[in-house]
Amino acid sequence: MTEPLLQIDAVSKRFSRRPGLLTRGLDRLTGTDSAVTVHALTDVSLDVPRGEVMGIVGESGCGKSTLGRIVSGIYAPTDGEVKLDGKPVAQGPDGNVQKLTTRVQMIHQDPFASLNPRMKVGETIAEGPRLHGLMTGEEARQRVRQLLRQVGLEGAYANRLPHQFSGGQRQRIAIARALAMEPELLVLDEAVASLDVSIQAQVLNLFMDLRRELDLTALFISHDLSVVRHVCDRVAIMYLGRVVELATAEELYARPMHPYTEALFASVPTLGTGRAAFKPIKGEIPSPIDPPPGCAFHPRCPFAGPRCRAEVPRLKPSPQGRSVACHLHDGGTGSEETPREVAA
Amino acid sequence: MSDTATTTGGTLAVPSAAPAETRATRLRNFWSDYRRSPVAVVSLAVIVVLLFVSFGAPLVSPQDPYDMAALDWMDAFLGPGTVGSGGYVHVLGTDNAGRDMLSAIFYGLRTSFVIGLSAGALALTIGICVGLTAAYFGGRIEALLMRIVDLQLSMPAILLALVLVAVLGQGIGQIVLALVVAQYAYFARTTHGAATVERGKDYIEAARSTPLPTRRVLFRHLLPNVMPPLIVVATVQVASAIALEATLSFLGVGLPLTEPSLGSMISNGFKYIHTDRYWLSIYPGIFLMITVVAINLVGDQVRTVLDPRRSR
Repeated sequence: MTEPLLQIDAVSKRFSRRPGLLTRGLDRLTGTDSAVTVHALTDVSLDVPRGEVMGIVGESGCGKSTLGRIVSGIYAPTDGEVKLDGKPVAQGPDGNVQKLTTRVQMIHQDPFASLNPRMKVGETIAEGPRLHGLMTGEEARQRVRQLLRQVGLEGAYANRLPHQFSGGQRQRIAIARALAMEPELLVLDEAVASLDVSIQAQVLNLFMDLRRELDLTALFISHDLSVVRHVCDRVAIMYLGRVVELATAEELYARPMHPYTEALFASVPTLGTGRAAFKPIKGEIPSPIDPPPGCAFHPRCPFAGPRCRAEVPRLKPSPQGRSVACHLHDGGTGSEETPREVAA
Repeated sequence: MSDTATTTGGTLAVPSAAPAETRATRLRNFWSDYRRSPVAVVSLAVIVVLLFVSFGAPLVSPQDPYDMAALDWMDAFLGPGTVGSGGYVHVLGTDNAGRDMLSAIFYGLRTSFVIGLSAGALALTIGICVGLTAAYFGGRIEALLMRIVDLQLSMPAILLALVLVAVLGQGIGQIVLALVVAQYAYFARTTHGAATVERGKDYIEAARSTPLPTRRVLFRHLLPNVMPPLIVVATVQVASAIALEATLSFLGVGLPLTEPSLGSMISNGFKYIHTDRYWLSIYPGIFLMITVVAINLVGDQVRTVLDPRRSR
């Protein structure tokens, strides 16, 4: 366990939209610039050791899905590199990315969209392994049945079409499809978010069982803090394209250090404690097209000082052995009075 | 894959038998859904009959209308139901050269079908390739291809076909080529529209991240999901290819006299439309109309049946 299985090394992703010919002509005349660049990810570095489930948490628009897609080889990073076992996951320019490995597989959020509606589920499961020579002919049929049973479905379902299944069953099929490729790393992008709560629990338990059986490493992307706590070993909190805090799930939930993490936990409605427990984060998430200078969270942060408006905090290991990107824990915010003590 | 080549003779039969069986059941399901519309069943029957009489024209028609030796000018302009010199009833009458109209229509229909089907199939294939390429790869390729298609769609198909036939000359091959050039744009546009919707869906992303080869993603994942609108467009376009060819022939730039079609028959009879010899134009016209309408009705029902979200 010396070398981490997955290395995300200083990955940035910008989506730019070049304006049309007419707009560009107008731009030249008026001296404006209509080119739009979305900063989806900025300088994200994460290491995931073999066997670990790493949670990625954040509000919608924070770049967590983009990160998942880059790790799965669907997008090419603008800067930086993603490596599995020291080898790059994908190569090629954006828009024409060639994924190089079959050992990273992805499970999508919406099981109603992630299965080809015109392909029998058995074929969907066997297609990838067949094309990559992992299974052939009669063996493939056996393996598909075995995979279906492994995810809690009947082997005979292989001949059915996706529309004959419920959401939870479809998500199981999607998991079977990913497992058929014998992956080492699974990327689960909000894999249970679109399911009913009771079905969520079933699918999560299935995932936990499979993880134990197959010794899987996983990137678990979610906005649901309680699910993440249940499933993940370590958790990275993301805000506006950056990782702001990284800690083991236990520590993070016990003592959040970054003000954003704290606010995120405070915004979770809890049972039993009454209405007062629900505290939304004030303000809107800023636009990734024009991110605020300094710390991206400063417009919404109750502790923000002058330094936060000017200087981008770096993700630094704190004395407690966790990583946090906040000036509060790195020499102060630059305001006169210290609004609170650094978490002891 | 080499799975069939490497397996032994004993196991070879097992995998090949299963898909054939499921294909048969799929066909049976399709038919049981299709026949829910009586109009569509009648239309299909009409098309089958028309296909039979046209491609079997030498067998079923009473006369070879283009064997000049068999024609007798004494039989010219006989009304429907008259017995001519051949000793049989001219059910739909004869034309100005003494041809049996029914036989001429069967032969003309054959020409129409050959042109309509081959032009439709070729235009479909080319249109699919253009549309899928544009939608999947996007960017400059998409812009270039779709602007060409748009340019073409802004012109009436008949105008384009007229110009092309004028340049290429007469003959079945030339007509088919002209129709393909005029019609592939409809398929390309439809494919592009449907594929643009589909390409953003997660199952395409899932296929790409497996990863599957691009060609497989295009033809096994994208194409089957854009097929339903294409099948409908295809039937409409076969019908309109038949009508276009008839129009070109009616205008006199279509087929040479040695390859008669419904269009040239209508054109020929048109000269006599103001006399009482109505049958020269009317009957080929009726056959043309029945053919086009029947193909359209079948296409409509096929679309209904092929919708995967429709419950069985």
